[in-house]
Amino acid sequence: MRREPDPSEERLGWLLCTPAVLAMLLVTAYPLLYALWLSLFRYDLRFPDERAFVGLANYVHVLTSGVWWESLLNTLVITLGSVALELVLGMSLALVMHRVLFLRRTVRTSVLVPYAMITVVAALAWKFAFDPVTGFVNPWLGVERAWLTETWSAFLVIILTEVWKTTPFMALLLLAGLTQVPQDLLDAARVDGATAVQRFFRVTLPLMKTTLMVALLFRTLDAFRIFDTVFVQTRGAQGTETVSMVGYHALVTRLNLGLGSAVSVLIFVCVILIALLFVKGLGTRIRRSEEV
Amino acid sequence: MARWSRQSRALTVAMALLYALGLLNGCGRETPATPVLHWYVFDEPSGAFAEAARRCGETSGGAYQVVLEPLPADADQQREQLVRRLAAGDKDLDILGMDVIWTAEFAQAGWILPWPESAAASAKRGRLGSAVESATYRGRLWAAPFTTNIQLLWYRTDRVSSPPRTWEAMIGLAESLGEQGTIQAQGERYEGLTVFFVSLLASAGGSVLDAEGSAVALEEGPTRETLRILRRLADSPASDPGLAGAREDQARLAFESGGSSFMLNYTYVWPSARANAPAVAAHMGWARWPAVRPDRPSRVTIGGINLGVAAFSPHPDLALQAAGCIASVPGQRLAAARGGLPPTTEALYDDPQVRETFPFADLLRATLRDAVQRPKTPLYSDVSLAISRTLHPLDAIDPERDTARLRRKIERALRSEGLL
Repeated sequence: MRREPDPSEERLGWLLCTPAVLAMLLVTAYPLLYALWLSLFRYDLRFPDERAFVGLANYVHVLTSGVWWESLLNTLVITLGSVALELVLGMSLALVMHRVLFLRRTVRTSVLVPYAMITVVAALAWKFAFDPVTGFVNPWLGVERAWLTETWSAFLVIILTEVWKTTPFMALLLLAGLTQVPQDLLDAARVDGATAVQRFFRVTLPLMKTTLMVALLFRTLDAFRIFDTVFVQTRGAQGTETVSMVGYHALVTRLNLGLGSAVSVLIFVCVILIALLFVKGLGTRIRRSEEV
Repeated sequence: MARWSRQSRALTVAMALLYALGLLNGCGRETPATPVLHWYVFDEPSGAFAEAARRCGETSGGAYQVVLEPLPADADQQREQLVRRLAAGDKDLDILGMDVIWTAEFAQAGWILPWPESAAASAKRGRLGSAVESATYRGRLWAAPFTTNIQLLWYRTDRVSSPPRTWEAMIGLAESLGEQGTIQAQGERYEGLTVFFVSLLASAGGSVLDAEGSAVALEEGPTRETLRILRRLADSPASDPGLAGAREDQARLAFESGGSSFMLNYTYVWPSARANAPAVAAHMGWARWPAVRPDRPSRVTIGGINLGVAAFSPHPDLALQAAGCIASVPGQRLAAARGGLPPTTEALYDDPQVRETFPFADLLRATLRDAVQRPKTPLYSDVSLAISRTLHPLDAIDPERDTARLRRKIERALRSEGLL
């Protein structure tokens, strides 16, 4: 039995939400707008008297600088590399966790261990593992290599660290999606003679599309803002600097609030673009498939 | 009902505790027995700084007390933490343990107070000229020189009969030694690389900025020569394969493991080798940093800690007194004997106790007398970033092209423009 909505109750509902809405405005909207405002000034904390309105000059400086585009490319390489690997590994892990018959809890808990680790600790652990003096990777592979001193191997170590650390998160989200696939549909497909591979690609995956999109969106946005792993492992050397590190250098090392805010705003724009891409691209496709 | 009353009782107890704490706190604030000065400085592991601070508090006769506020070991991280507080006008900072490269930046931003004539005169008395220079900006003293630091050449006496005098000679000698000839230096993209570059450039007779510190100098000849040597080292089989990721500590560890014959590093490697690798320490010799030209002695970059007074301190006069006391001879002696940090007062290099800590005291003093300063500009961190970024990795340097690139990058850094 459904009750008609009572207007006074509805008003109370909104009233109860107000504190949360205000808090959100305070902690997200205000800093965002403030960064936008700061990015229009020449404002260096070391020269407080030289503060001046410069319009979009900071954006021009950033967008005409090779450093920004190079770091954007680096960030995209790390993002795509890690999210792609995580998707494949996360899906396999989710399938294992879904199908496992004994020690179900133990398996699910142990898979989560890397995710529970602090990123800086994980980054340091991987750094030491690949270190030519203290690491175990070189003797295992029988090579003599300073992994973090060359561009491509440094990227590899960074991506592997990210994958190791966040695959459990991906697996957990995908597991939630897997449990929503109705068993009778799979049984029906089996009766119709579909193989396991066909059942996975034709039944399970399409039904998981929304979950997949959410998982990919979360991870892509997260991976795009990567900072700590790179900071710990290479400090951005060997051409592995990410956009977050560029912002950090401008804001924290050089105390150039104007320039740093411009970088932050541009990172925010990138994040919005990624989110739009996912929602528009995958969202419409999902709706269309639902209509059919 | 029972549960409810237990909860409310717990709540009452918690409130009472909080209230009591508040009262205690309030009492402490209302009757300030002796003003407490906060000294922000890197976390010196031997406890020498804490002891020096305690003794100064005692001898002040109740005028002040100094509490140590430890900062990270890494100079970049120390600066990050200090600068954030200073830019926000934090009143909790009284005395600042400042790396020599921050003087111009902190002074220009108005974060530290200039030392008045009389205090400055006593802080300069008997000090090494280069140490005083490192605390001076625009003709005024902004901090008391406390400890100093400079690199020497460390080599294996069992493999090398007499230390090489120039870079050319050292690389040649190292190559002739084969596997064991390795030279340990700092090639990672960080402040240490800037230090390396500045030392080489000064030894070649050049400088990064002009005398006023407002425009790029980078004389063609010396700059090209410096870049040539850096590239020559990186390409040589005598350089460590991990040069592109090497800092002071990687160099120290590699030298202590015995496979290297030369190392450019600070004096802390001596006590470290004696403790960790006595077999290596037994054959460890020291010499002046190699020269670029045989006719011109090397000039090496000075480091160290100066003590400044924070501009927002509620007790600037006491902080000045305390900083002067900590940086005076007894404080330096403590820092030298316990912490292994070289003193800034020249006469201390003749002190038997100091000479015991630094058997190479005469060499150290001579090197310090000829020391070179890193560029004195409020934009130092930008300039340093520009240098280390342009030169890293050393094995990709092209002396012709990078002489011009370096100039362009530093010019932009001085205009505080664009990304680095």
